[in-house]
Amino acid sequence: MRVSMDIELKDVPGQMLLALQPLSEFKANLITVLHHHQKRTPRKTVPVQLVLEIKPENIGAIKAKLEENGIKVVRVGEHRFRESINVVLIGHVVHTGIQDTIDEIDKTGFAEVVDISLSMPGINLLSSALIRIDAVGKEDLQKALDILKKVSVKKDLLMVLPIDIHA
Amino acid sequence: MKTVRCSILGFGAIGQGVAEVLLMKKEYLESIGLEVLVVAVVDSKGATVNPEGVDLADCLARKRTGGTVAIDKLTGVEVIRSVDHELVIETTPTNIVTGGAGLQNMIAAFETGKDVITSNKGPLTLKYRELMEAAKAAGSNFRFEATVGGSMPIINLANEVLAGNKLRSIKGILNGTCNYILTRMLEERASYKDILAESMELGIAETDPTYDVEGIDTACKLVILANSIFGLDATYRDVEVTGITKITPEALEMAYERGHVIKLIGEVSRERIHVAPRLVPINHPLAVKGTLNVASIDTELAGEITVTGKGAGPIETASAVLSDLVAIYGNR
Ligand SMILES: NC(=O)c1ccc[n+]([C@@H]2O[C@H](COP(=O)([O-])OP(=O)(O)OC[C@H]3O[C@@H](n4cnc5c(N)ncnc54)[C@H](OP(=O)(O)O)[C@@H]3O)[C@@H](O)[C@H]2O)c1
Repeated sequence: MRVSMDIELKDVPGQMLLALQPLSEFKANLITVLHHHQKRTPRKTVPVQLVLEIKPENIGAIKAKLEENGIKVVRVGEHRFRESINVVLIGHVVHTGIQDTIDEIDKTGFAEVVDISLSMPGINLLSSALIRIDAVGKEDLQKALDILKKVSVKKDLLMVLPIDIHA
Repeated sequence: MKTVRCSILGFGAIGQGVAEVLLMKKEYLESIGLEVLVVAVVDSKGATVNPEGVDLADCLARKRTGGTVAIDKLTGVEVIRSVDHELVIETTPTNIVTGGAGLQNMIAAFETGKDVITSNKGPLTLKYRELMEAAKAAGSNFRFEATVGGSMPIINLANEVLAGNKLRSIKGILNGTCNYILTRMLEERASYKDILAESMELGIAETDPTYDVEGIDTACKLVILANSIFGLDATYRDVEVTGITKITPEALEMAYERGHVIKLIGEVSRERIHVAPRLVPINHPLAVKGTLNVASIDTELAGEITVTGKGAGPIETASAVLSDLVAIYGNR
């Protein structure tokens, strides 16, 4: 199952290794690491968000091992996509490297392109794509849309958003 | 019986529609105590003037057979300055660059203390604040329901019927030509170019459709809503605009398979004025077809209020002019 885990690292070298070691020990598949270098908690620790694919029965052991290594586990929760939207892109969608864009969204770990339909009617005609993006929360969805928007502007794609999204 | 003397400036589709509606509604108007006397009709070539009231049926007939009502070589401004009347009905062409004859007519009307009812967006998109101030200084009524959504009530609905509600936003389809093109592209799975050609043949799109399809017409209507309903001082430059020229039949079809249509949506709130094609769920109140216009007002107390109606057409648009006329002079 997919799990998101918020942990806090002490601001000294070698901490990340201490965090990752219990994960590999229990064969957790690390999907994303969001390391908030700039942020500090009031306890002067560095907040890190992990998204993992793990066996549910290992959660408790991983947590214990992390804390044994001096890492604070603030929150563990099932990582579920609650938000979902469709977006249409029109232009030279394929030439402009749609895969890069998808990868960039997927890399966030909190949003994912789950479906894509593509239509390329001819060489000199505009292509159209309809993609569905799932995201953990509204904020994550907005982040994914911001990525898409940047790409659309750069590559001169028309982006058609749902009416209820704050464009 | 109260007599309202008026001029009709611009005698094209809408000016003639107003004349027809005044003829049709003569008895009704009398029943509410109003005699509307048209003392001058003006087109681009000149005017027919009669201080006792022109014969509207004759004006319509002469316009339709001879192409003009011109008997005297008078312009709108000259009629406003030289012929006694209370109300100017302004239906000359929209010009959003200079304001055109409409702007001059409105300024002259307020300078001479006349009321103005108009269907002409141009002057309102360019010089809203100046015109409102001139009307106020002169003690004149200034109404323009017909400029947004044609027959569909929106300005008077928001400002009068919904009075007291704080309004958060208005979203809708304010251009019938774009709605027609997008509706037909989906129905026929045809290209934008082909359906644009069909629309021109049917007289739904103008010979130069740029203002409609690039979203400029919608943007101008949003500016009028922003200023008259949300109290902003916006002009066309404050609107972010994307039109429909890039929309493909494939995009429409893929969206439809997922339960959506693509519509050119205009949106105005205190924070933002914005026109762009958007995905609208098939069952959404804004998913109206063909040349229809529609608008949803998000209100504080009443929730969402949605109105839909014909955004164009001579008689339909004249209906909005008539409602403005009754609002000014009825029951007083
Ligand atoms: N058509 C619609 O459904 C609709 C809906 C809502 C709002 N509107 C707005 O209503 C206005 C009128 O539209 P329309 O469709 O009736 O346009 P139209 O058919 O082109 O008619 C314009 C009229 O104005 C006259 N005119 C042009 N320049 C003039 C001048 N300098 N002085 C006096 N008259 C002049 C024209 O004279 P000639 O006849 O001699 O050419 C014509 O009679 C426009 O501002 C339009 O945007 C139209």
